[in-house]
Amino acid sequence: MPVIEVRNLRKQYGDQVAVADVSLSVDEGEIFGLVGPNGAGKTTTVECVEGLRSPDGGSVRVLGLDPRRDRAAVRRKLGIQLQESQLPDRIKVWEALDLYSSFYPHPADWRELMDELGLTPKRNAVFAKLSGGQKQRLSIALALVGNPSVAILDELTTGLDPQARRDTWELVRQVRDRGVTVVLVTHFMDEAERLCDRLAVVAAGRVVAVDTPRNLIAGAQVPGVERPTLEDAILALTAAGSNR
Amino acid sequence: MTALSKIIRVEAKLFLRDPVGTFFAVAFPALLILVLGLAMPGFREPADELDGRLPLEAYLPITMTLAIATVTMMTLVSAVGTYRERGILRRLSTTPVSPAAVLVAQVAVNVAALLVACGLAWLVAATVFDVPPPGNAAGFVLAFTLGAGAMCAVGLLVTAVTPSARASMGIGQLIYFPMMFFAGVWTPGPLMPDLVRKVADFTPLGAASQALQDAWAGSWPTLTHLAVMVAFTVVLGGIAARYFRWE
Repeated sequence: MPVIEVRNLRKQYGDQVAVADVSLSVDEGEIFGLVGPNGAGKTTTVECVEGLRSPDGGSVRVLGLDPRRDRAAVRRKLGIQLQESQLPDRIKVWEALDLYSSFYPHPADWRELMDELGLTPKRNAVFAKLSGGQKQRLSIALALVGNPSVAILDELTTGLDPQARRDTWELVRQVRDRGVTVVLVTHFMDEAERLCDRLAVVAAGRVVAVDTPRNLIAGAQVPGVERPTLEDAILALTAAGSNR
Repeated sequence: MTALSKIIRVEAKLFLRDPVGTFFAVAFPALLILVLGLAMPGFREPADELDGRLPLEAYLPITMTLAIATVTMMTLVSAVGTYRERGILRRLSTTPVSPAAVLVAQVAVNVAALLVACGLAWLVAATVFDVPPPGNAAGFVLAFTLGAGAMCAVGLLVTAVTPSARASMGIGQLIYFPMMFFAGVWTPGPLMPDLVRKVADFTPLGAASQALQDAWAGSWPTLTHLAVMVAFTVVLGGIAARYFRWE
């Protein structure tokens, strides 16, 4: 059984169609990437999976549950990192972890998590004083503190320096190795290529391709480019998808 | 329940880490009583128009009304507005805990601050200026509870209908200052022109102020004032709950 199953998802805001028709399924234990240009509908899709928005059409199942109807049950199993979500300025690192762990029935040991994410030296620092990378790591820690079966990470490494990005990738692999299924929303191609087992390429509210990064590159038809990269492959796919 | 009590504990710590806000919410009312009592000798002389009571005694419940307004229209509104704007409520709505728990915690912490503030003001009034305790303690508790409830509802409604934290705080202040006028912060109830007094009776803070003054003087708050406070709590609280957006 797939961990996440999205069928013919449709969502619009007023006249604007954010998601026209998205179907995808994520298997247990994989790192699944959603890539595509800004405004393609990636974030709206994951927001429907997270139960933050209700779809206008189609169905969403997470671990066999409807994220809107079985809200509470889904939330206990899902760890979420939101794009640009913050914490109160004056909350300390350990307080945030301790607080969020109290929301879940079987939380991870937040001290261990704090250690793994290299936040222990900053345990008494307040949120406002953390660097971008530290905030991001704290946000990842909070997504994992509930011991989720599925983690959804939206723009995980935006704003991080190269070393911090690589450290974060390593961390995501470790998370997967614990048995957590990971959904990654990104527009960094190197990240998608190195980290994801499979990618869904989204353009103009539709999925235009789902495959491994290697197969996407191998199947790329890019005129004038001899050895296309993943970026070339995905740009070609999204350009074709957007012009449809 | 453990999650809620933990949220309350964390919110209380965060509240105390803001020294300026803590000062205005907690210490200001007591300081106001102290300064008024020391600087204005007239406040310590029994006054004929108050049936021989001290003006300071009449002013104490007004100060408490001021404390209610400050905590609800300033502290609560700015905290909730900021939490929403920064995605903190939205982040919480992805956890098994409802973001409403943060609102409950905010109200709890602010009400606790309010109780401490009023307790301190009373302590100063009683120890420094020999102001007697409220003549009708039950009436006082009733008026205080309803007044604080009505103002929490106003504050939450302001955050519900405004799009940003800045707008919440702006509208909050726009309501705060005229309301303090109706509460008699600048002209105590008995000295207000009749028409103003009648209008004041139907504002939540004006009703709270009059009800607190009545109870302190020993009588029961009037039914009108109690009804006004209940009506504001129910109606505005209901609208706020209906239209509040978490993001």
